[in-house]
Amino acid sequence: MKKISFILNGEKRFIHVEPNEILLDVLRDRMGTKSPKCGCDSGDCGACTVMLNSKTARSCMIFAIETDGQEIVTLEGISKSGLTPLQKIFLEQNVFQCGYCAPGMILSATELLGKNPHPSRYEVQEALAGNLCRCTGYTPIIDAVLELTKKQV
Amino acid sequence: MDAFQYIGKSVVKVDGREKVSGAALFTEDIEFGSDLLYAEVVEGSHAHAMINSIDISEAMKVPEVLSIVTGKDFPYNFGLYMNDRYIFAQDRIRFFGEQIAVVIARTPQAAKKAAQLVRVNYTPLPKVLNPLDAIAAGAEIIHPDLGQYAHVPWFFPEAGTNIAHHRKIRKGEVDKGFEDADYILEDTYEVPRYSHCAIEYHAAVAKYDHSGRLTVWASSQSPNTQRNLFAKALAPLGIRHNDIRVIAPHVGGGFGSKAGVTMEIMAAAIAIKVQGHPVKIMWNREREFYNTYQRLGVVAKLKIGVKKDGTITALKHDLYWDAGAYVEYAANVVNAVGLSAIGPYNIRNVSIDSYCIYTNLPPGGPYRGFGYSEFLFGLESHITRIASHLGIDAVEMRKKNMIKEGDLTAYGAHMNPNGLSEAITKVAKEIQWNKKDRSSDPNLAVGKGFALFWKAPAMPPNASSSCFLKFNEDASINLLVSGVDIGQGFLTVMAQIAAEILTVPTSKIRTENPDTDRNPYEWQTVASHVTWGCGNAVRNAAIDARDQIFSLVSRSKFLPIEDLFLEDEKVKCKTQPSFELRLRDFIIQGIQMGDGTFRGGPIIGRGIFMPEFTSTNADPDTSQGGHPNVHYTVGAAAVTIQIDKQTGRMNILKVVEAVDVGKAINPDLIKGQIIGGLLQGISTVLYEEMKFDHRGKMLNPNFTDYKIPTALDIPDEIVPIIIEVNQPDGPFGARGMGEHPMIPVAPMIANAIEDALGIRIKSMPITAEKLCLEILKTNPKTPQ
Repeated sequence: MKKISFILNGEKRFIHVEPNEILLDVLRDRMGTKSPKCGCDSGDCGACTVMLNSKTARSCMIFAIETDGQEIVTLEGISKSGLTPLQKIFLEQNVFQCGYCAPGMILSATELLGKNPHPSRYEVQEALAGNLCRCTGYTPIIDAVLELTKKQV
Repeated sequence: MDAFQYIGKSVVKVDGREKVSGAALFTEDIEFGSDLLYAEVVEGSHAHAMINSIDISEAMKVPEVLSIVTGKDFPYNFGLYMNDRYIFAQDRIRFFGEQIAVVIARTPQAAKKAAQLVRVNYTPLPKVLNPLDAIAAGAEIIHPDLGQYAHVPWFFPEAGTNIAHHRKIRKGEVDKGFEDADYILEDTYEVPRYSHCAIEYHAAVAKYDHSGRLTVWASSQSPNTQRNLFAKALAPLGIRHNDIRVIAPHVGGGFGSKAGVTMEIMAAAIAIKVQGHPVKIMWNREREFYNTYQRLGVVAKLKIGVKKDGTITALKHDLYWDAGAYVEYAANVVNAVGLSAIGPYNIRNVSIDSYCIYTNLPPGGPYRGFGYSEFLFGLESHITRIASHLGIDAVEMRKKNMIKEGDLTAYGAHMNPNGLSEAITKVAKEIQWNKKDRSSDPNLAVGKGFALFWKAPAMPPNASSSCFLKFNEDASINLLVSGVDIGQGFLTVMAQIAAEILTVPTSKIRTENPDTDRNPYEWQTVASHVTWGCGNAVRNAAIDARDQIFSLVSRSKFLPIEDLFLEDEKVKCKTQPSFELRLRDFIIQGIQMGDGTFRGGPIIGRGIFMPEFTSTNADPDTSQGGHPNVHYTVGAAAVTIQIDKQTGRMNILKVVEAVDVGKAINPDLIKGQIIGGLLQGISTVLYEEMKFDHRGKMLNPNFTDYKIPTALDIPDEIVPIIIEVNQPDGPFGARGMGEHPMIPVAPMIANAIEDALGIRIKSMPITAEKLCLEILKTNPKTPQ
């Protein structure tokens, strides 16, 4: 057991972890942040996506102990002060179906628009390619991201 | 024309905010406190073997292990349509990975460690891994007790064989139909198994408290059916239906995998062994593949006779289904296809034999499309092949033979009103069917493919739905139904139906996720029937509430009931334009009279729906005489693909699909189903492939090796087309369409490949690798 701390959604949190504890489990089972989901446990599906030091990361592939002193943001953190324009357009256009992939998908799209406010269609597809969705066929999600970037010209 | 306020509008999903904010709670997100126990399954390591002994002694020594449950603890069988399934293996296992025991421990780690220490001693039995072997003479019998299993009256198991059900259609004079034909095409098509791949795993938590109440939280499409099956299986322990409460939080994708009952029954059972503690059983990605349901595989032998002008004279369709180790649900897939394997065509002379065959592979079961994708692969390939042989345009061939309202189905019932003709015309126009696209690059070939589809809900004739509609003080509404929103938008569509009738905006309506204690009965969220069936129940509940409102206002305000109407959450009167009464002013508290007394009380609407015209009573040798299906939803689809001749890689340039939804209650959600369903279908053709080894063990139960599409693997252009030929008995004319979009995909791509290369592929999947090998070994058209 080692005592570590990280900034989670803007708040400094302290926790004792075993060296083999997975970040996803720690976030979900011990920190109460339920938006990162488990969909494969092997880094394929992206449902567990979180922002680690402002970059998306698969929390199922990271030991919690590695995040000592670092900054983590989940969808709960993104939603804290109301929905972002990206979340709003996803909502208005009914892009998600079951919504299980939504937390990871939103974080990946948020990261993209942070780096590249006017991506091409292909760049959006590439940015979301690490987040599997079985319901939507992706097209409505991609369309909404592109529409938002047009609005923000 | 229609002056609807909420119907036909793409209103924002009522659960949308939860889904985009991360607030939505799925089963695994619910906290159960520090007393929660964890279960781990002990899996069989043979596809077919007798269990001689199970030694749990070493496993029980692991600290924090509370209990190990085996088949001896629960010697009960269960099933949706046929009781051939066991909670835990009894004397034998019938597929690789079947559950033999469950370890219950304080931590997941302890449970896992102990599960590895359970020693099972087997005597392996000969295994049968494909359906044709399973019906060959001398084949190993997988269910020696087949003759003893209880089943629905419309199944016909053949005891002493591996045939669990045989659906037969005999209509007209088939032999004569073939004699009359100018051309007969006979061939065999093969479709393998597929996996649903909902991103959320199956998960169930159960608690059997000290008062004898059993509560199960499950990611489920079928809370009431689960309660029913738990109650029936656990009846020997004195547990009744009202002792069981099933709660279904948000579901992270279903596609049929979470219908009926699979792993959840283990949670219900083992909770009884650890009374007082909640116990959780979680599937992982591997088990999602090999121990829930898989889509059935099929070998389909198809023979169609036609006149020179393209008129179909006879059809013979023999389907041999690889239904797996247990068929309690799969047998109804086989049955549904048996009834409908003529496709959306008017054919006078028909012979269909649909065989449900046991194999030692994972249990088959419901998967979006319910067998229709599988049989239409062959049928719609066949239609195009016959058309090209006759020199008739493939679309004209379909128009000539398509089923119309009032025509007879294969079992002799009349076809419902439908927009098939309109769908064909619109799709052909949008894909520019008459225009040949060719690539200027000699390494690329371009082709177009067309396919029709139809599908009816496959349900017991008395599958029913119900609704309670509760008003609150501010005239907001809690709508209690037990359908499940598996992403299709069920909660929203139900709210729109109630909103339209009661003039309360959808933003003021909460449709509640199922809880069998609180919400009234729904059979299951399957079969693309909840918009229609549960929608009718909601409509009836809203009308019931409205009738109560009018009656109350009439008797307390002395206004003629027939003059009252609702507008903007107010009661108004046609003959007294100055009169209006806000719902919020009386909907709970009632209306005060001159003497200070009140009339009324909380308005609670109640609605039920059961189709009262369906029947499975039919001649078992011909299937004539009954009315097993409520109606069919039909449509057409077409695709333009581009193939790299050197690699076999296919790029979908454009796909068009038209579905006759009766009435589009929420067009956004319908388009979402079309776009998502198309990609799921495309994936079964181009990407997904299950691999089993010689032992019957699945080799690729993960997303690394079993590929589902990413955002990079989508068509360049998708055009969804909504057709609206009202379903007379549907809510506002609506009928279901959730499964349908993926159904025509496989034959439409196979037809496009033939158009591009002259190569006919008769087995799925059609991966780039497979196509490349075909290109190498055949003599393709010369590069353009």
